[in-house]
Amino acid sequence: MVCQECQERPAAIHFTKTVNGEKTEVHLCEVCAQDKGKGLLSNAANAFSFNNLLSGLLNISPVVQQTNQAQQQSEKEALRCKKCQLTFSKFLKLGKFGCPECYTSFKSELPPILKRLHSGNTVHQGKLPGREGGLIQVKRKISELREDLKELINNEEFEKAASVRDEIRSLENEMNNEGGAQS
Amino acid sequence: MTLERFLTKAVTSWMNEEGPNSEIVLSTRIRLARNSRHHTFPTLFTDEEAEEVLTKTKEAMKGQFDSLELLQMKDLQDLQKRVLVEKHLISPNLAEDTAGAAVFLSENEDISIMVNEEDHLRIQCLYPGLQLKEALKKANELDDKIEEKFDYAFDEEAGYLTTCPTNVGTGLRASVMMHLPGLMMTNQMNRIIPAIGQFGLVVRGIYGEGSEALGNIFQISNQTTLGKAEEDIVEDLLRVVHQIIAQEKSAREALVQTSGIQLEDRVFRSYGVLRYSRIIESKEAAKCLSDVRLGIDLGYIKDVPRTILNELMILTQPGFLQQYAGEGLKPFERDLRRASLIRERLEMDDSQLKGGTDL
Repeated sequence: MVCQECQERPAAIHFTKTVNGEKTEVHLCEVCAQDKGKGLLSNAANAFSFNNLLSGLLNISPVVQQTNQAQQQSEKEALRCKKCQLTFSKFLKLGKFGCPECYTSFKSELPPILKRLHSGNTVHQGKLPGREGGLIQVKRKISELREDLKELINNEEFEKAASVRDEIRSLENEMNNEGGAQS
Repeated sequence: MTLERFLTKAVTSWMNEEGPNSEIVLSTRIRLARNSRHHTFPTLFTDEEAEEVLTKTKEAMKGQFDSLELLQMKDLQDLQKRVLVEKHLISPNLAEDTAGAAVFLSENEDISIMVNEEDHLRIQCLYPGLQLKEALKKANELDDKIEEKFDYAFDEEAGYLTTCPTNVGTGLRASVMMHLPGLMMTNQMNRIIPAIGQFGLVVRGIYGEGSEALGNIFQISNQTTLGKAEEDIVEDLLRVVHQIIAQEKSAREALVQTSGIQLEDRVFRSYGVLRYSRIIESKEAAKCLSDVRLGIDLGYIKDVPRTILNELMILTQPGFLQQYAGEGLKPFERDLRRASLIRERLEMDDSQLKGGTDL
């Protein structure tokens, strides 16, 4: 077969693309393929395989799900981001979210996906943005103290419990003040 | 344009300066992915939204980053974009998008902030040699300053929200470009690549497709972005990179000891090809450049700067060759141009040294 681009050298690269059952074939020699490939073939092929890989990753163990797939499918179909209207199944297909709100809308389905992608992790441990980061830190502290408070009450250590309660209150006040000042 | 003038314009600091561990590590890159809380991600956004994100970014940058130059994709020609891609300053993705797609570049090109790529913002720092901590520090400074006026999409649990779930959390991709001819010649890469995968890191060839790594240049970067602090991600990568450096060094020593003369022969053959060939394909050029660079590291070749590999790997890419030629070139013409550019570049150092090599 001769390269369809230069009509000179023998074709060495054969690329077949099937979109919705419509088949396109491209036959090129190495030189033309390299030339074209920069913008066309390699990029398209790369993006294709990467997206495939990713949606493969996101669709966790299809074999197990097959039994009640129909039911699950319709549930996922129904799951839709409130803000940008992206459906969960479309997200799986794209491997990309539509907007920041998607993370909240799909919250129930995300942990297994994030675990897969990030060596079992689901909770951010790194940097916090400066402006709202302070508030988040205070919030984290308050929820820790609430746990402590519960335990102290269970153990009937009321004196200590009272001081923890005061600490929570002052943190809550601080948070409200900061929040007020910000907005 | 003379080659010298072209080079002063084309070559940026991370390409021709030496950094720590630069005998094996060519360059370091840190990238932070950030998004606006108020806008749809680039996957779905409208052209109007894209423009709005760009306007917001400009506002956030005003007064703080006046030294950065703004380049909008719609104002650039294809060839100019291609050159930026080959310099790793923008991604091929950004070059394809037009609405609101832009990049802020520092003068010496160690900072590039892409707007409206896969994420609204991609803050990148590129340093020569192994400087992961330094690059992270710089990227964090930029991030903090932008955040003062730009509302980031952030979630207490998931961290910085990104378009692709593979970047969520820190949004950090730390990567190191390494030249590993010793490990390749001793067939050790096949063993090392899967081992590295177990640490949440990934290795890939940076030039060339698939498993082949042109010029024996590999990029090692973190895969995991969630559940680990930025400093820990960088620390883990650094530890693995230091181990690879040690292994590459011992592979080189072993090669010199067991087959020194064959190695020296290979180096000088490649040097001969680069100095005298009239037609050279990118694959052969990459192989020879890698050999010559190894020869410089091992002291066989003395009068050629080390950075020749990094510099010429980039300058002999199609976009650059065409920019230097000032016109579009067919593949065969590129092979001619590539050979002559390499010859000229190597001769330039001779004349600068006023002596010539003892070849």
